[in-house]
Amino acid sequence: METIKKLVLDTVPGALIEEKQKLTITVDPQKLHLLASTLRTNSELPFDFLVQLTGVDRGDELGVNYLLCNSGDLSKEIVLKTGTSDRDNPLLYSVADLYETAHFNEREVYALLGIRFINNPDMRKFLLNVGWVGYPLRKDYNPDPHLNPVSLESHDIIDKAPRIRELEDGSLVEEVGNVFEDDDYIINIGPQHPSTHGVMHFRTSLDGEVVKKIDVHSGYIHRGIEKLSESMMYPQMLHLTDRLDYLSANINRHGLCMCIENAAGIEVPLRAQYIRTIMDELNRISSHLLAWATHTNDLGAVTAFIYGMREREILLDIFEKTCGGRLIINQNVVGGVMFDLYPGFRQDVTAFIVYMRKQLKEYNRFFSHNVIALGRMINVGLLKKEDAVSHGVTGPSGRGSGWSCDIRKHMPYALYDQVEFDEVIRYECDSYARYRNRLDEIEQSLHIIEQLIDSIPGGEICAKTKAVIRLPEGEFFSRVEAARGEFGVFIESRGDKFPYRVKFRSPSLSLVSAIPLICKNEKISDFIGIGGSMDYVIPDIDR
Amino acid sequence: MEIKDVKIKNIPYEEFNDNETLEKYLQELQANGVNVVLGKLDEIINWGRSNSLWPLIFATSCCGIEFMSAAAAHHDIARFGMEVTRNSPRQADLMIVAGTIVHKMAPLLRRVYDQMAEPKYVLAMGACTISGGPFVNSYHVVQGIDKIMPVDVFVPGCPPRPESLFYGLMQLQRKVKVEQFLGNQERKR
Ligand code: SF4
Repeated sequence: METIKKLVLDTVPGALIEEKQKLTITVDPQKLHLLASTLRTNSELPFDFLVQLTGVDRGDELGVNYLLCNSGDLSKEIVLKTGTSDRDNPLLYSVADLYETAHFNEREVYALLGIRFINNPDMRKFLLNVGWVGYPLRKDYNPDPHLNPVSLESHDIIDKAPRIRELEDGSLVEEVGNVFEDDDYIINIGPQHPSTHGVMHFRTSLDGEVVKKIDVHSGYIHRGIEKLSESMMYPQMLHLTDRLDYLSANINRHGLCMCIENAAGIEVPLRAQYIRTIMDELNRISSHLLAWATHTNDLGAVTAFIYGMREREILLDIFEKTCGGRLIINQNVVGGVMFDLYPGFRQDVTAFIVYMRKQLKEYNRFFSHNVIALGRMINVGLLKKEDAVSHGVTGPSGRGSGWSCDIRKHMPYALYDQVEFDEVIRYECDSYARYRNRLDEIEQSLHIIEQLIDSIPGGEICAKTKAVIRLPEGEFFSRVEAARGEFGVFIESRGDKFPYRVKFRSPSLSLVSAIPLICKNEKISDFIGIGGSMDYVIPDIDR
Repeated sequence: MEIKDVKIKNIPYEEFNDNETLEKYLQELQANGVNVVLGKLDEIINWGRSNSLWPLIFATSCCGIEFMSAAAAHHDIARFGMEVTRNSPRQADLMIVAGTIVHKMAPLLRRVYDQMAEPKYVLAMGACTISGGPFVNSYHVVQGIDKIMPVDVFVPGCPPRPESLFYGLMQLQRKVKVEQFLGNQERKR
């Protein structure tokens, strides 16, 4: 990393370099784009993966934090920070031309903090309605419900995108661009549509039955979780993570607990680590089963849906016996887990492993080689590796594009460095690769559980923690591998019992941001199938 | 961890077992001098309607997944004649709202409700639809869908188990059974 520091200082002499939990670099807004593009393209260690883009109201300034890492080695990370003290018309420079994933993230920062980004071609608010009064994540936001009453009036969607562009001579112009062309034929898919896997709104322009362009509208399930977390104590906000990506509830919560534990220096007992790892993998299997079930359902195989749900139900029973929850598991707490395993846990899980192996064979026999299924998945929805990196598409979908992006391998947490398993990677880049990846990952998860289940040590299940947990001042990150990709947590603490700012990196947001790209020039009828193969969860996107 | 004496607030356990009140109520209503022929016709119609309520699933988040569990083989909603989920509001009798409703969604929810043909029913599934649930303090969450439209049955839980959903659906069936279509009395709810 020394060469990187040198590179940073060579590019921007005035940059402030700090060694915190991650290497942190603070620069002027004017220099940020230059620095980011140098870091992205340097030959030594290219930082070509934008993991998180977080807007923060730092009090004296409105700023943005960028967590970058190298796509070949995810543990090489760097944090860039910048900010502006102009609260009335905050402007920063966009990095959307360097990282595709910044498009949606910057629009989100605009909606929630009011920062506009120069040179981003589309500066519409992302999650909130156009007319929303105030910027919720600012500390001086006025939450008075009379300002933003619940309105039952539908508004027409105006396909005009304002933007700010910098001219050659450095002056700024405000323009309005068209999202679609004038004679485009546009249909709305969603927000209330049974096959979009949630309440996403895709405005789709068609040429015959071929998709020309997709414009994504989000926020139909924006629940303000990040703002809510700011008024909760650390143990209280845990339950909100379960409701982000409810299909990998346990893994999300694990990520948040890890972040708090690392920051507060809490040691997790070994037994708890075992329980967490096993539960995470069971959770991953149940999520992949549901993904498989709904994907096959999208392709027209209703029976397969019933099969997937049938197997999943066994897992839900195990969850329920362990901690009382079926879908929302509520098992992890700061310092360990809440409930110990029940006496028959080992038998139940071992029996499930045997049963699931048998079922996997059956799945492959009756669906994976079906001619219709193959025709609808092979060479459909191609996502090249560069695009996957640029959009930040991780998880089984990213690995279907040949990108090794498994956090469990790159930055092992819990017990993942002590078990052996393969990272499933395919290079075909199509829906079929993503489909097969999920089934193979189920097998790998079974393999991981198998190695742990017989050797769970005795002892405590939860470290002793203080009733009120305070984190030291600073910025803390954690990254875990959820069922759909990398789930990230960022906590900025000011030494209080409440977090100052919390941000969750949603794997699904990246998946959806890639949808317009991979659906382009595909048939409209394949759009749903491609969505099923990406397997996104909308409340995770909207937070 | 030991489970210390759990107390369920507000809803006494016995009430979950009380399935007869509505049936008694129905008998009372019918004893109240309804024309025999029309009364019988009503009964037949309502018997048919209550056992083939076709739901429209307005699933926005977590609770929707529990609905999927309820619809799959293990819990099998088809036992109640409700497996025919309709995606078009025109063909649905019952709207199951499963999941948080936020400001941006509220007008759309109302519009779908308005598009349904009478007679129509609404079942609110989960804490979010009842009050906003875990997100009650959020700036963008509607605090209960009864602010937007009438609701027939509330099913508490976060998420409610499929069994509780069925319990709610059965309550709704009873409610449908006491309706009077042809009888000369005013429709009582
Ligand atoms: S009630 Fe709970 S489970 Fe249901 S949508 Fe709300 S948060 Fe999710």
